[in-house]
Amino acid sequence: MLLEINPLVLPDIGLVFWNTIAFLVLLIVLGKFAWKPMLKAINERESGIEEALLKADKMKAEITAMQNENEALLAKAREERATIIKEAKEASEKMVNEAKDKAKSEYERIISDAQAAIAQQKNAAMVDVKNQVGALVINVAEKVLRKELANKADQESYIKQIAEEVKLN
Amino acid sequence: MAFRPIKSLLALCFSLFILLQPTKILASEPAAASAEHAKTEEGSFNVTETILEHIKDDHSWHLWGHTSIHLPVILYTSKGVEVFSSEKFVNEHHEPVVYKGNFDYKLIEGKTKIVNLAGALDVEASKQLWDFSITKNVASLFVSVFILLVVLLTAAGAYKKTGITSAPKGLQSFMEPIVLFVRDEVAIPNIGAKRYAKFMPFLLTIFFLILTNNFLGLIPFFPGGANVSGNIAFTMTLAVCVFIVVNLNANKSYWEHIFWMPGMHWSMKLFLAPIELIGVFTKPISLMIRLFANITAGHILVLSLICLIFIFKTVFASAIAVPFAVFIGLIELLVAFLQAFIFTMLAAMYIGMATEEHHHDAHEAHDEHKEVAHH
Repeated sequence: MLLEINPLVLPDIGLVFWNTIAFLVLLIVLGKFAWKPMLKAINERESGIEEALLKADKMKAEITAMQNENEALLAKAREERATIIKEAKEASEKMVNEAKDKAKSEYERIISDAQAAIAQQKNAAMVDVKNQVGALVINVAEKVLRKELANKADQESYIKQIAEEVKLN
Repeated sequence: MAFRPIKSLLALCFSLFILLQPTKILASEPAAASAEHAKTEEGSFNVTETILEHIKDDHSWHLWGHTSIHLPVILYTSKGVEVFSSEKFVNEHHEPVVYKGNFDYKLIEGKTKIVNLAGALDVEASKQLWDFSITKNVASLFVSVFILLVVLLTAAGAYKKTGITSAPKGLQSFMEPIVLFVRDEVAIPNIGAKRYAKFMPFLLTIFFLILTNNFLGLIPFFPGGANVSGNIAFTMTLAVCVFIVVNLNANKSYWEHIFWMPGMHWSMKLFLAPIELIGVFTKPISLMIRLFANITAGHILVLSLICLIFIFKTVFASAIAVPFAVFIGLIELLVAFLQAFIFTMLAAMYIGMATEEHHHDAHEAHDEHKEVAHH
């Protein structure tokens, strides 16, 4: 034989046959019961991890947003507190001032009333005093006159004297 | 991806290394010839015969000493199917004898042939003989199938048991990185994230079948010892499967690029069509030869080194031969993985080329191809 093929490179039909069967069996059985569940599980796990990571990121963002919100709320609250305090202070100051003013005006009113009353009473007293002084004077004068004017000559000299005192202008 | 250049450098080294192997075998051939010559004189050791005996398929599976498993012979002839033990091919003195079934069968150079009454090979009748025997390789293949089924179904079952949220454990944690490797390094870069899922079972099965048989072939004793992945029938079957999968899934633009290359002058198109058409067949053929040659060469190399002891007929030769054989054995471990990877990788690449969607910008697509090829 000129071209004798080396038995090493001559495929045996038997092995080809059995190998085809073996390969197909492996492909079908492993494909259904090994590769499919394995790849499915791996894919599911991977997508699960991915989802979890995304979720974690989302949560993180949410937490950050919440924190920001909280801070904003806190700041707002602080501001509000400050305004409230300020307002309260203002209100109290106003009240105090008002009270002070009121007190002052009341005090002034009381004082003026008192003064007015004092003045009135003083006037009344004065009038009373004057009246009494007048009555006393009249009494005294009556008594004096009664005594002095017992004689006619003195009477006439006194009239004369009074007349001289009275200046007609 | 800093290790990519190192990877390609390694691949180059091994390619060179493996390329150089045949010359070594050839170089040993004159020695073998002289040994054969010597055999006639003093009945000494025939290296070529011994090595080929270990590389080739057999009807019995040697265990130890004179003990071996006689595997069943299944023959299909014009007279129907016949099953008998291969024990019938040898007598009690381990000499080949004729078995008288529907025809007279005899083992000639390890293969079942029909012989005539005189005991000589009947060429015409032997052509009608189909040998479906469970040979050593077939049995070893079944062992690998059994191992794969047990290991992978157990690993897959773990997902059901522990659920997907828990970290992989035990066998599962050993298989998952390999599955992920095939998915992320082989399938997705070559086929694309959109279409890879359909081909994953095929690629994974091919990868694990080759890997298991490569490893089993490296075990020198019983459960291993057969040279399945270094057998041309095995690699041919897988290559044919790849060929079928590639061409069944090929899209319109793939065939267009083969028969009527777009963007070329018509004369160029006519010139390219036959070349591209040959390429359709050379791709699987290269797959077939690459795996066969790599694994067989490795086995021959280890056997040659061990044979040195018998050639020099001194136990001191083992001082050199055994460390070298161990060294080559370690390299073979790497080659076992590498070849399974390369076969799957190229299969994925061919599938990727056949299913790729060519856009209007053809250049971009070609650049992508180049990039993939570089990886």
